[in-house]
Amino acid sequence: MIQETVGSAKAPGATNSGRLPKINPVFFVLAALLVAITLSNPNFVEPTGYMNFLKRAAPLAILAAGQIYVIVSGGFDLSVGSVITLTVVGSSMLLNNNADATWWVIPVMYAVGLAVGVVNALVVSYLRVPSLIATLGMMITLNGAAFMWSSGSPRGYLPDTFRFFGRVNIQGIPLIQFLPVALLVLVVVGLCLFWLMHRTNLGRLLHAIGDNPRAAQMSGVPLERVRIIAFVVSSLSAVTAGILLGGFAGVSTDVGVGYELQAITACVIGGAQLLGGRGSVPASIAGALTLTAIFTLLNFIGLPKPVRDVVQGVILIVAVVLATYRRNRAGRT
Amino acid sequence: MSNPAIEMRGITKSFPGVKALKSVSFSAYPGEVHALAGENGAGKSTLMKILSGVYRLDGGAVVVSGEERHFTHPLEAIRAGIAVIYQEFSLLPERTVAQNIFLGREPTRFGLIDHKAMNAEARRVLALFGSAHRIEPDTVVADLDVASQQLVEIAKAVSLDAKVIVMDEPTAALNEAECEVLFGLVDTLKKRNVAIIYITHRMREITRLADRVTVLKDGETAASFDHVPEPDTIVRAMVGRDIGDFYAAPATPQEIGDVVLSVRHAGNDRLKDISFELSAGEIVGFAGLQGAGRVALAQAIFGFLPFTEGEVLLAGNPALFTNPRDAIRAGIGLLPGDRKAEALVLMQSVADNGLLTARALSGLAGRADATPFTSAEEMNKLLHDLDVRAGSFSQEIKALSGGNQQKAIVARWLALAPRLLIFIEPTRGIDVNAKAGIYHLMRDLARKGTAIMMVSSDLPEVLGAADRILVMRAGELVAAFPRGVSEADVMLAATGEEAVAA
Repeated sequence: MIQETVGSAKAPGATNSGRLPKINPVFFVLAALLVAITLSNPNFVEPTGYMNFLKRAAPLAILAAGQIYVIVSGGFDLSVGSVITLTVVGSSMLLNNNADATWWVIPVMYAVGLAVGVVNALVVSYLRVPSLIATLGMMITLNGAAFMWSSGSPRGYLPDTFRFFGRVNIQGIPLIQFLPVALLVLVVVGLCLFWLMHRTNLGRLLHAIGDNPRAAQMSGVPLERVRIIAFVVSSLSAVTAGILLGGFAGVSTDVGVGYELQAITACVIGGAQLLGGRGSVPASIAGALTLTAIFTLLNFIGLPKPVRDVVQGVILIVAVVLATYRRNRAGRT
Repeated sequence: MSNPAIEMRGITKSFPGVKALKSVSFSAYPGEVHALAGENGAGKSTLMKILSGVYRLDGGAVVVSGEERHFTHPLEAIRAGIAVIYQEFSLLPERTVAQNIFLGREPTRFGLIDHKAMNAEARRVLALFGSAHRIEPDTVVADLDVASQQLVEIAKAVSLDAKVIVMDEPTAALNEAECEVLFGLVDTLKKRNVAIIYITHRMREITRLADRVTVLKDGETAASFDHVPEPDTIVRAMVGRDIGDFYAAPATPQEIGDVVLSVRHAGNDRLKDISFELSAGEIVGFAGLQGAGRVALAQAIFGFLPFTEGEVLLAGNPALFTNPRDAIRAGIGLLPGDRKAEALVLMQSVADNGLLTARALSGLAGRADATPFTSAEEMNKLLHDLDVRAGSFSQEIKALSGGNQQKAIVARWLALAPRLLIFIEPTRGIDVNAKAGIYHLMRDLARKGTAIMMVSSDLPEVLGAADRILVMRAGELVAAFPRGVSEADVMLAATGEEAVAA
């Protein structure tokens, strides 16, 4: 599409700027971190090393792949951590140590996730509450609900039928020896969300409403419908992450704590525009892997949890600053 | 003549990849209006930004009152008596008029802001323009109309004791009557011995106001006149060629087809008893003052701010839409006047902007590159046919010029082949060459059977491009004129006054 070079002396510089960079820098950062991890722990290149890493990263990666839908549409979903908690606690309550109940408990949890997403979107769309506040309210509500439901001390254990998704490794696979089910779930969810975001009309409309909601509306975009789908995707990804986390960790009322900010951080590391209009599913998943890799590295170095929090905070700010800086450079004419 | 208030000699400025100014010289004497004309991107704004200290020059010299200066910050230029009034105002909307005029240098008394003194001084400055009673110093700026806000900007410059005032396309947001007020202000400033640099590309304003004219083209001085030449001469210098067929030929009677839109006794809280018809193949211009209800009418037809009464038929079917989506489905398209706020998704690509409505009306799970209306490939071809100039259609639309952005939005609607296409201020912020392109595009569409409703505040444009002209005033349709009506007759109908100086 390179036509007209003659007679376009107006602003030749403008034609080059603003083009998207070919490869998102997050992939280089991730590669560098993986090399660093390998150097500090050579076992990492063994299947048990990297597979366990991917398995551990899977819930956050799924969460980020869902969160990016809301971020691209111009919002935030802070309720995902509490949806994780509610999924784990609620499942344990409903299952009540009965392994045969798994087949209906999981659909019930997805229905709860669907409802949470719809309510979030309706509050944002029709009551005009900023998404940050609406989902913060939802987060507090759901955390309270999970606590009340379990009376503060969740009982029981999740049966193996439920923990299958998070915990089990499929053995005897050539080359990689074993494949965690959680990774399989990540791949399937990731591919679906990639396709939906980057190949369908929905994906382009999400970008449009996040970029300029008024222009989108004047162009015929069904704002509310698109926004509902964004929040629902995010909530359902949180239920999925909750099911995986229920598989690795025990039942407690703080399983989901902090995940909402980690998911947002992952999206930002992946280059998402925080006020909407730009973002990618693969880059967000890479962002989640990057964040997990940083935590793993800090763990190897032997730094305690508070340091980890400090690092996450700093990364969030630095990532936003870098993204803004890059945009300003690219956007200048 | 006395010494120039400012003189710029051989100014050169480059940006990465672009030579924005090539040895441009420019001066302004006290008590004169020096018009600076040129297409968008010709370097007018860059030159003024160097004068006002926003940019630093690469070569040349800026001489203020006989002394060479190197401004490194806009504040230094302001202190040297150079004030710039940009198209987008720099007023704080939630502060009062007086607070804005004295922003950052409020008079104090015992360490506290002396509101009484501030308001009195503001009133004195406003009185210089005979508007002390029209604008009260304690009015909040957001409550003022655009022309009054501009007056406050000018008052601010005057109270700063500016010796040079740069006005960057000051009439862009003003209606006819407000323009007259502004012209009066310019005359007052002239009498007060202020040097005025007036950036515009409207010939009428140059003829009315200017003492001297300089035309920039592609960063160079294309022409400089010590008098005001014929408009044709200026236009030729701006574009580098004659524009003979600026407007497209009007519709012939055979080209006008069946009635497409029929509005009968329709109204809402801003519109009263509107009745008119639009036919296939014609361009109907809507003239009127700002706030006369032209945009409200377009938005009502489009379902954005719907009619609450009356009847609307589109090709014979009821068409009282309550949201744009329904209107679009039925075959109505609208190109908003404020492209940035209402039409463009700036971070997305040119192609994505073109495809937006086609995608919005297709199934959400459908393939983004192949909608039932158009495909990515067809859109690229359409953009190419419309001569949208971009390095690539996958680049962000943000970097394109106004005219190219507007063409991409036209492509958005063409892909849906609407029966009725509404253009609001179709050429606002677009340079002369691109304007002609838009007029011809509108005519081509009409020839293919689209009914076109054109709302514009640029009266010559309405007279030149439309087949029929409807005039609105205070929410009502007050007059209808055939092609060839005089500007004066339309203005008379629009203002409703018997004696308007044309």
